[in-house]
Parts: sequence; structure tokens; C-alpha cells
Amino acid sequence: MSADQLSALSDTLFSTSVGLYSLAVVAFCAQLAFGRRPVQERELVGAAGTGAPAGPSRPDALPADPPAVRRWGRVAVLLTAAGALTHAGVLVARGLATDRLPWGNMYEFATAVVLVAVVAYLVFAVRSPGLRHLGLFVLGPVVLSMVAIGLFLYVQSGPLVAALRSSWLAVHVSTAILGFGIFFVSGIASVLYLVRSRYEERGGGADGGVLGRLPSAATLDRVAHRTAVFGFPIWTFAVIAGAIWAESAWGRFWGWDPKETWAFIAWVVYAAYLHARTTAGWRGRPAAWVNVVGLGVMVFNLLYVNMVSTGLHSYGGVN
Amino acid sequence: MTTTAPPRPEAAPTPPARPSAARRLGAFALRQWRRLTAMRTAIVLLFLLALAAIPGSLLPQRSLSQSAVGQYFADHPTLAPVLDRLYLFDVFSSPWFAAVYLLLFVSLIGCVLPRALEHARALHTPPPPAPRRLTRLPDSARLPTPLPPAAALDAVEEELRVRRYRVVRREREGGAELSAEKGLLKETGNLVFHLALVALLLGLAGGKLWGYEGSILVTEGQRFCNAFQQYDTYSAGAMVESGDLSPLCVGLEDFRAEYEQDLTAASFTADVTYGAPGEEGRSTTIGVNDPLRVDGDRVYVTGHGFSPRFTVTLPDGTTFDDVSAPFLPTEQSTMASEGALKLPDLGAGADDQLALQGFFAPTGLVQAGVLTSIDPRPLAPQVAVVAFRGYLGLDSGLPQSVYSLDASQIERGRLAEVGRANLSVGESMTLPDGTTVAFTGYSEFAAVQVSHDPGQLWVLGAAVAVLAGLLGMLLLRRERVFARAAADPGGGTVLDVGALTRGSGDGAPRFAALTDDLRAVLAARAPTRTPPSDGAAPQTGGAPA
Ligand code: HEM
Repeated sequence: MSADQLSALSDTLFSTSVGLYSLAVVAFCAQLAFGRRPVQERELVGAAGTGAPAGPSRPDALPADPPAVRRWGRVAVLLTAAGALTHAGVLVARGLATDRLPWGNMYEFATAVVLVAVVAYLVFAVRSPGLRHLGLFVLGPVVLSMVAIGLFLYVQSGPLVAALRSSWLAVHVSTAILGFGIFFVSGIASVLYLVRSRYEERGGGADGGVLGRLPSAATLDRVAHRTAVFGFPIWTFAVIAGAIWAESAWGRFWGWDPKETWAFIAWVVYAAYLHARTTAGWRGRPAAWVNVVGLGVMVFNLLYVNMVSTGLHSYGGVN
Repeated sequence: MTTTAPPRPEAAPTPPARPSAARRLGAFALRQWRRLTAMRTAIVLLFLLALAAIPGSLLPQRSLSQSAVGQYFADHPTLAPVLDRLYLFDVFSSPWFAAVYLLLFVSLIGCVLPRALEHARALHTPPPPAPRRLTRLPDSARLPTPLPPAAALDAVEEELRVRRYRVVRREREGGAELSAEKGLLKETGNLVFHLALVALLLGLAGGKLWGYEGSILVTEGQRFCNAFQQYDTYSAGAMVESGDLSPLCVGLEDFRAEYEQDLTAASFTADVTYGAPGEEGRSTTIGVNDPLRVDGDRVYVTGHGFSPRFTVTLPDGTTFDDVSAPFLPTEQSTMASEGALKLPDLGAGADDQLALQGFFAPTGLVQAGVLTSIDPRPLAPQVAVVAFRGYLGLDSGLPQSVYSLDASQIERGRLAEVGRANLSVGESMTLPDGTTVAFTGYSEFAAVQVSHDPGQLWVLGAAVAVLAGLLGMLLLRRERVFARAAADPGGGTVLDVGALTRGSGDGAPRFAALTDDLRAVLAARAPTRTPPSDGAAPQTGGAPA
């Protein structure tokens, strides 16, 4: 195939994966919708039988999901996996078309970050089926991000500017993508934790159709922490690799360029999150907020710093 | 440095006599120190550090771009001086930014040093005695066995040693007990990480104090030496004396820019010669991502541009051949450049100086009399120049840019336009007094930067230690297992096992695996079904420790 055909293929695959992810979202919605009835029944039984409030519901450990729920859940995960495959195809085709690593501009970088987030979710979904219920909340933001990326960040495939032609691109940008994607999942888990823990505090109120299907607050908190613990050294490495690259490309290893500054801010915020998780008075909700702020900083760094401010990192390719 | 704040020394249970002022001061200082080195404070300081860095990315910074700061002053004449007084254009060298990170690091050292001492002691002391009630531990199990207490503990000890725990056994009132521990490396990782952060900061500070950086525009064929007076701009740390600069001279032989078909810049390379002053230079090539490194100095090409050349012929026949000045690129994608050529010594006196201000296009296109550049490669170079005559103001005492004319002299009418033209190579224009200005060609220049940072390797080493410590701290687990065996009045032994895990991950599955294995071993060693009433049951192998 010629480079142009490959680029066109990449664009087609992009639309395909958005389509598959959207179908996955529908399937996850169906899963939650079918899952609602048993929860309500149990609550009714509890209320009618003993007059006591329903015991702490632990949907991640529900003894048996109804078959319909399991079927929809499996369909949703399969659709997500298919979407991830075409999504990976987007990047592979781009890479082949341009004969370079497919993360030379914001469109490619952001597309890769979202792919990492989807893969991180899939790993969780396969290893602990109880966490599959997170799917809607991961895939929802994923679809929104993909649409936004397609609309606002899209650029034609093209060669890299001179400064990016370095093997450090592979090291620095790949790890940055990896770290970002993992923090993405961690941030979502913390948001869900905040929502779910409020729900549990209220004794799992009557409106809890969807919330009731979420994994328990403790599980969400653990997922958020574990992913952050995994992402933090990767991000640390990405920042160090960036500094090593900057030393040979820009004449200094650290110069408080806006992108560097925000990478530093994100690093400090995640360090604060890890501390908060183990500090009395910060554990739980305050720590989760810190993690959410961390994700906000990462997104801000991607969008604002590339598109609005000017610095050495302005390779976004978006005008 | 515990994860919870250490208990504050309460204002000691109202002592009969008032303590002396010195004692009270001491107690106060101790209290403040404890507060500073508590984890909560560390979190708050980390947040402050993140917040403090934000203005540094939103406002222009002198360290990044003097001209952007100048522009900000021009755009916000009342606000800018106020911000400046708050160091908001020098955030990362401001006293308040330093205050935040120094406090953080004092807190960190106060936190980590006692913990390091404690850890060093822990490495040489056996695991602590088992807590009174093992069932209170996060993971615990009770395993009844017909084996006598000592044999049951033997079995536990073996299982733990296979899992590479350090094990000690003690005899206490409640019965024989065993404490085991592994994963001390996790704590080592934590200490390495935090102390490496301190080392990193020291390296940064050292590099700032003893480092320097100079920039200069060098045209092909020119040469410069490493001395502050030669640089166009330079910055140097407080400990640098100008005599200390390493003896290095660099000459630019040839500069090349290559482009892809779609005009994306593919590579910039500069052939240079370098060596000590007066020395026969060695040759090398510098590229993007590929600086020249010599004895702790690095030489970079950070940019490039064109210097158009002009030949000026006066009416009396005097000629100035191939005078030129660098024009700075205003648009990287087309290399459209602007600059000025000042010729103060040309005319009869101070009010008869000549200057050319203009626009250079490496590949020019003139539409409706306006020259634009359409290609960064010098395929069809053209200039649009405006000639001025009069007083340039070079000796007015005010510094002025070498890339533009002093606009105030033009406003005051002391410098007047005397002609303008778009010229291709070889063309010329004639001014009203008969002077001709010919555009004869161009040379390329490179922006060269020489940097010296003695802290760099140190910082790299510290960063690697940070990462290694981080991996150790986050991936390893510290686990303690305790076991106690007591004779059951009803016969046999009650074996209690409990475990405490510190670190990420869930200890329960591993504890379950341990107890499953223990049950299996105990069952295998148990004498077949006969309750060991005499307490002298045969031991089934396993040398006691
Ligand atoms: C430059 C500032 C600092 C950074 C970037 C930093 C970073 C970190 C990180 C990433 C962790 C890992 C957390 C985990 O195990 O999940 C950690 C752990 C820890 N930090 Fe810091 N830290 C800093 C300053 C401090 C200070 C000032 C203190 C003391 C007040 C401190 C005390 C601790 C302790 C006790 C742990 C271990 C927590 C545990 O064992 O679970 N750190 N630090």
C-alpha cells in the first residue's frame, strides 16, 4: 500500500474504533439496565422482611449476575477489545504511512493515550470480572475523547520536524503515553470512588440503579491507588527521559518550559496523592480528590500547553 | 517519620512550677519541628510547590524569553511592574518559590534521617516480638494440630525460611513464639528515593552556581572564543568568574538545512572546527539532538538564519563591499526574516549615516509590490529594503537592538527614509544623492550556544537513584508473620498465625496460600490420628533452628 492509502486506512480505522467503542457503551448500558432489577428486588425483600435497611451491598461480589447481565457484559468487553484492536491499527497504519513512530503530534499522542487507557481497563476487566462494571465509565470518556480528538486535533500524516528525530522520541513519548493512559484509568476510578462512597454513606439510597452496580468504594479506591502506583514510576521515568533528551536537543536538561513545568506539577500532585493515601486525615475522599486534580493537570498539560501557550514543546501541529 | 503524626507532647500535665523560659522555648521549637516533619505538612508543602509553579507557566519568564517579558511590560504597563515586584517573571528563582521547596526539603530531611537511623538499626535487630493477640492482625488464622508446640513452630519456620523470611524464635509466658520478617528493602527504597531527591536538589543548585551559558550568532566562516565579552547574551552562576571559562574557540565552516518535500525541516547540521585559542582546530559536525561535547562544555546549534550581503557605492566611487548583518527569522516555516544593517561611518558626519532596514525572503514572491517568502530554502532570495539617512543614535548612550533601527530617531525626524526597493541578487537601487545599494547575496549564520553545567552528571545519577528507590518502595512489600504455639489443655497444640503487610497490594491471598501450605505440612507431619497425650510425640524431621 502507498503512504496515502495507509493514511486513509488509518483514518477509516479511527472511525471504526469510535463506532465499536460506542457500541460497547450501549452494551455496557444494557448490562447496567438489566442489572437493576435484582438489586431492587433484594432491597424490597430486605425492607419488607425485617424492616431493617438492606445490608451493605457489594455488587462486585454479587453471587450470581443474571445471565442477561453476564451476556451483555461479555458482549461489551468483546466490543471494547475489538475497538482496541482497530484503535491500535490506527497507530500502526500511521506509523507505516510515515515510516516513523506514530506519536509525532498531538493527534497521534492523544490517540495513543486513549488506547493505553482502554488496554489498562481491559487488563482489569479480564483479571477481575467484578470490575467490568466500570466499563461504561471508562468507555464513555473514551468515546468523548476520541470524538474530540478527531474533531479538534486531527492532522494529516506527515514527517517529523528535525528536533523530534531522535531515538529519545521512542523512549520519552512512549512512556509519557503509557503513564498518561494509566493515570487516566486511575483518575476515573477516583471519580467513581467519590460518587460511590457518597452513595454508600447514604446507605445505598433508592436511586442507586447504576451506582449500586459499581464496585464497592473500597475496591474503587484500591484500583485507583494501584494504577497510580503503577503509573507514577513510569511518569517519573518519562520526565527523566525528557530531561535527558532536552539536554541534547535544547541545550539544557531542564528549563521550566511550560510543558516541563506542567509535567513537574503533575508529578508533584501524584506524589501528594501517594502520600495522602497513607496519611491519617487525608485517606479516602481527600486523597481521591488529589488524584482527580492530578488527572486534570495531565489533561491541561496536553490541551492548554500545546494549543495555547508557546514553548519549545509546541510540536502539536494544531493551529 | 511514621505515617501518622507523632503524638504531640501535650503541655505536660501542668507541672507544679512554671518551666524556665528556655525550657518552654525548647518545647515550642520541638513542637514546631514535629509539625514541620509530619506527613500532613509534606502534603501541604507538595501542594504549595505545585501551586507556586503555575504562574511560571502562565506568565512570560525572563529565563525563557526576555522579549516576551518586554512585550508583557508594553502591553500591561501598570500591572507588569507590580507582578515584577512579586518576582512573577522570575518565578523559579524567586525567594518564595525557594522558600516552599526549601521548607519541603527541610521537612523531608527531618522526616527521613531519623527513619534512616531506625532502619539501619532494624537491619541489625531481629524482628520484634509477636503482639499479644495475633487475631487482631489484619490476617490471622488458628491452626490446631496434634504436633507438640515446638514441632509445630518448626514447621512454620521452615515454610517461612523457604519464603526467605528472617525468623527468630522466643520463649514467652504465653508459649513459644516466632517472629518473621521480609521486605526490608522496601524501606531502603523509600529512604534512597527521598534522599536522592535531596541529592538531586543539591546537584541542581551546584549546576546553577557554577554553570554558565553564552549565545552568539556566527556566520559561516567566522569564529568565536568562549569569553563573556564575545557572546551576544550570556548568563552565569554566582560562583563563576570570567577567568574560569574553559579555553575553547569554535569556528563555523558550513551550515546546512535540509527539508522534506512538504518543507518540514528534516535536519540542521553545522560543520565546525574547535580547539583551544591558537590551536589547530579539530573538525566535527553538530546537529539537532547532537551537540559537541568537550571537557564539560557543550556546544549547540539552536537556530539559524540568513545574513543578506550588500555592496554600497558612494557617489565619489568609494565602495563598501559585501557588508552584511544577520536578519532574524520571524517565521520558521518560510524563514522570512527581518533585520537592519547600520553603516555609521559612511557619510561625512554623525548626521549623514546610512542604514538599511528590511525583510529577507529566501524564496521571494512579490505580489502587488509586497514581498513574501514562500519557501525556507534559499532558491530565489530577495530583500525588501528601506534606506534611511541621518543620525542612527548609536552613541546616544541608550542600548539599541542590532536587529532594528532606533524608532525614536525616526519619530524625531533625525533619521529619514531616502528610498526603498525590492531587490533580487545582483539588483541595486540608487538613492537620491547617487549612492547605490546592491544586493549581492547572502551567507547563512547559526545561533550557537555554549553551555557549562558541572552539576549535570550528578543530577543524572540522583535521578536514576530516585527511580530505583521508587521502584523498590512501590513494588516491594514488607511483610511480618508471627506465630505462637501453646499447648491446648484439650490435647495437641493451638497454633496461631498472623501477618501484617505493608505496601501496595492485598496480603490476604498470600496469607491464605501460606496457611494452606502450613495446614498441609502440619497434617503430613502429624502422627497418624493418635492424640499426642504424652507430649513426646516423635518428631518428623526438620532440624530445630
Ligand atoms: C520532594 C518531596 C517528596 C516527594 C516527591 C515524595 C514522594 C513520595 C512517594 C512517591 C512516595 C510513595 C508512596 C507510596 O508508598 O505509595 C513516598 C512515600 C513516603 N514519603 Fe515521601 N515524598 C516527598 C517528601 C516527603 C516528606 C517531606 C516526608 C515526611 C514528612 C515524606 C514521607 C514519606 C513516607 C513516610 C513515605 C512512605 C509511605 C508508606 O510507607 O506508605 N515524604 N514519598
